[in-house]
Amino acid sequence: MKKNYHFLRQPVTAIIAAVLLGLIVGFIILSVTGYDAVAAYEVILFGIIGNPRNMAQAVVNAVPIIMTGLSVSFAFKTGLFNIGAEGQFIMGALTAAMVGYYLPLPAVIHPMVILILAFLAGGLLGGLAGWLKNRFGIHEVISTIMLNWIAFYFNNYIVNLPQVKVEGTLRAPTILDTANITFFSSEWKRSDAGRAFMQNNPILGEIVRTDIGWGIPIAIVVAIVLWYVLKHTVAGFHLRSVGSNANAAAFSGMSVKQSIFRSMFIAGGVAALGGAILVMTSTGTVSILGSQEGYGWDGISVALIANSNPLLNLFTGLLFSSLRYGGTLMQSKIGAPTEIINIMIGVIILAIAITPVMPRIADYLTKRRERRNLEEAGEQK
Amino acid sequence: MMISMALAISITLMYSAPLVYAALGGVITQRSGVDNIGIEGMMTFGAFGGAVVGLYTNNAWLGFLAGGLFGAMLGLVHAYVAVTLKGSQTISGIALNIIGLGLSIFFTRSLFNGGAQTDVVSSKIPKLFDVLGIDKSGSRLLQSIDIDMTVIVALVLVIIMHFVLYRTKIGLRIRAVGEHPAAADTMGVNVSLIRYSCVILSGFLAGLGGAAMTLAVISNFTPTVISGQGFIALAAVIFGNWKPIGAAGACLLFGFANALAVLLSGTGFPSALLAMLPYIMTLAVLILFIGRSEPPRANGKPYFKGE
Repeated sequence: MKKNYHFLRQPVTAIIAAVLLGLIVGFIILSVTGYDAVAAYEVILFGIIGNPRNMAQAVVNAVPIIMTGLSVSFAFKTGLFNIGAEGQFIMGALTAAMVGYYLPLPAVIHPMVILILAFLAGGLLGGLAGWLKNRFGIHEVISTIMLNWIAFYFNNYIVNLPQVKVEGTLRAPTILDTANITFFSSEWKRSDAGRAFMQNNPILGEIVRTDIGWGIPIAIVVAIVLWYVLKHTVAGFHLRSVGSNANAAAFSGMSVKQSIFRSMFIAGGVAALGGAILVMTSTGTVSILGSQEGYGWDGISVALIANSNPLLNLFTGLLFSSLRYGGTLMQSKIGAPTEIINIMIGVIILAIAITPVMPRIADYLTKRRERRNLEEAGEQK
Repeated sequence: MMISMALAISITLMYSAPLVYAALGGVITQRSGVDNIGIEGMMTFGAFGGAVVGLYTNNAWLGFLAGGLFGAMLGLVHAYVAVTLKGSQTISGIALNIIGLGLSIFFTRSLFNGGAQTDVVSSKIPKLFDVLGIDKSGSRLLQSIDIDMTVIVALVLVIIMHFVLYRTKIGLRIRAVGEHPAAADTMGVNVSLIRYSCVILSGFLAGLGGAAMTLAVISNFTPTVISGQGFIALAAVIFGNWKPIGAAGACLLFGFANALAVLLSGTGFPSALLAMLPYIMTLAVLILFIGRSEPPRANGKPYFKGE
C-alpha cells in the first residue's frame, strides 16, 4: 500500500470499483430471480468478443451514445447539466433526414453539409436552453426537459406532414445514396464483387455486413477536439472557469452569460451530430416516435461513468453499447430480461454518485495510520 | 357546453393527480434540503408495484399503498446516498431513474412471460360518485364530471402538507433544516432524521403518483406510462415556489394544457403540435414567474456536522 492511500483518490479507481459493483449486483439479481447468472454473463461476454460481426456492431451502436455522452460531458465540464441531449439528438436526426433527401448534393459534400446543418439545429436548441438560463434564470435541467418533448413532437409533426410521410408507413423518405456514410454501400454488398469478398474473407466479411461507417472516425475526432479545446485552449479555460466558479470568472473579466450560451450551443451541436450520424449510417430516415428513444439519457450515463472526460467517453460509450448488445443476446439465449443491463448501469452510476466518499475513506485511513504510528512511537519511548 | 366544460375539468384533474403526488414529494424533499431528481424512477417503480399488487390482490387500494411503498424503497436508497454517504444527489437521482425503470421492466418481464407490460387490473380505484353512492347512469353531465378517488386523496394531501409545513413544529423543523441545517442542528434538531424521513416520504408520494397512473388513469403498467411526468412535477415544484399549494396549482395548469390538447384534437389542428402545448406552456409560465421563486437555501448540499 502506498502512502496516503493515493490510489483511493484516483477517479479511475472509482470507475473500476463502480463497474465491478454493477456487475456483482446484476449477478445477484439474476441468481435470486432464478436465472443462470453464470451462463448469462458468458453470453454477454463471449457473445460480443467471440464474434467479429457482433463486435463491429457494438462499435457501430456505440457512436450515437458516444456523441450524446460527449455532449453531456462537455456541458458538465463547463458547469452545466445538459439533460437536453435527447431533443438535440432528435433535431440532428431530423435535419439529416430532411437535408439528406430534399437537398441533392454531390457525394462527400452532401454528408458534410448535413453535419454542419445538424450541428446548427442541435446547437440552436441547446443554445436556447442557455439563453433561457441567462435571460430568465430558468435552470437548464428543467428547460431542456421541456425542449426534449418539444423537439420530439416537432419531429412527429414534420414526419406526419402529407408532403413528407411515405404513404403507408410512419416514416420520412430514405436519404439519397450521396448522404450515406457507411464504408460499404448496400449495392456493393449485393454486387458480385461484394459477395465474393464476403465469401473469401470470413472475418472481414462479417464486419462488412454491419453498417460500419465514417461515424466512428468522426466520433473519435470530435472527442479529441473537445478534449483539446477544454484542456489546451484559452476559450476552453474560460468555459471551465465559469463552470467551476462563475463569480470568480466574472470577477476576472470573463462573460459568464456568453460562456453559458456557447457551451450549451456546442453541447447541443455535438448531440445533434450523433443523430445525424445514426440516420446517415443505420436508419436512413426518421420515423414518428412513440416514446423517447433514450439516446440522450444513455449519453448522461456514458458521461457520468467517464467522469466527463471526453477521451474516456469513447471507452465508456463502447462499454455501454457492448453491455446493451450483450444484453439482447442474453435475452434471446437465456431468456433473462435485457433490462438487467439497465439495472447494472444504474447501480454503476449510483456507485459513481458516492465516489466523493472515497477520498474521505482515504483521509480516514491515513489519519488512523498516523495515530497508530504515534502510539507506537509513544510505546517505544 | 356544460358537458364539455365538465369534461375539461375532469380531464384536467385526471392528468394532474399523478403529478400532484409527485410534486408534493418534490416539495417535501427539497424543503428538507435534499434534491431528488429520481422522482421519475420512483414514480415508475410505484406504477409497477401498484399495478402488480393491485393485480394479484384484486384490491386497488392495497395496490395504491404498495405503489407508495415501492417508491419509498428507492427513496430510502437515495436518502442513504445523500444523507449518510453525502454523495452527489444529482447523480444518485439519475441512477435511481435508470434503476426504477430497469427494475420495473425486468420484473414485469419475469412475471408476465417476457412481455414488457403487466396484465390489466380487474379492479380499478373507484370513482367519486360510486363511493358516495350517487347514481349517475341517467346523466351525461354527472358521468363527465365524475373523478377518480385518487384526485380527492391528492387534494387532501396538499392541504395536509401545507398545514404540516406551516402550522406545526415538525414543519418548522423541516424548513429550518432545508434553509440552515447548522443552525437547526444547534437547536437540537436531528438533521439526518428529518432528511431521511422527508426523502423516504418523497419516494412514497412519487410512488403513489405512479400507482395513481396505473390503477386509476390507465389500468396496467407499461414502460412508457410515466415517461417524463416526474420531471414535469419537478418543474411544478419550482414554479410553485416550493410550496405545496403552489406546486399543486402548477400541476393543475399542466393538466389543463393536456386537457386542452385532448379536447382540441379532432378539430383539424395537427395532433403533434397540440401534444407540444403543455411543454410550451410550462416554459412560458416559467419565463413569467421564475423571477419570484426562491429555492430552499441548503437544497442539494450535504450537511457535514461541525463545518
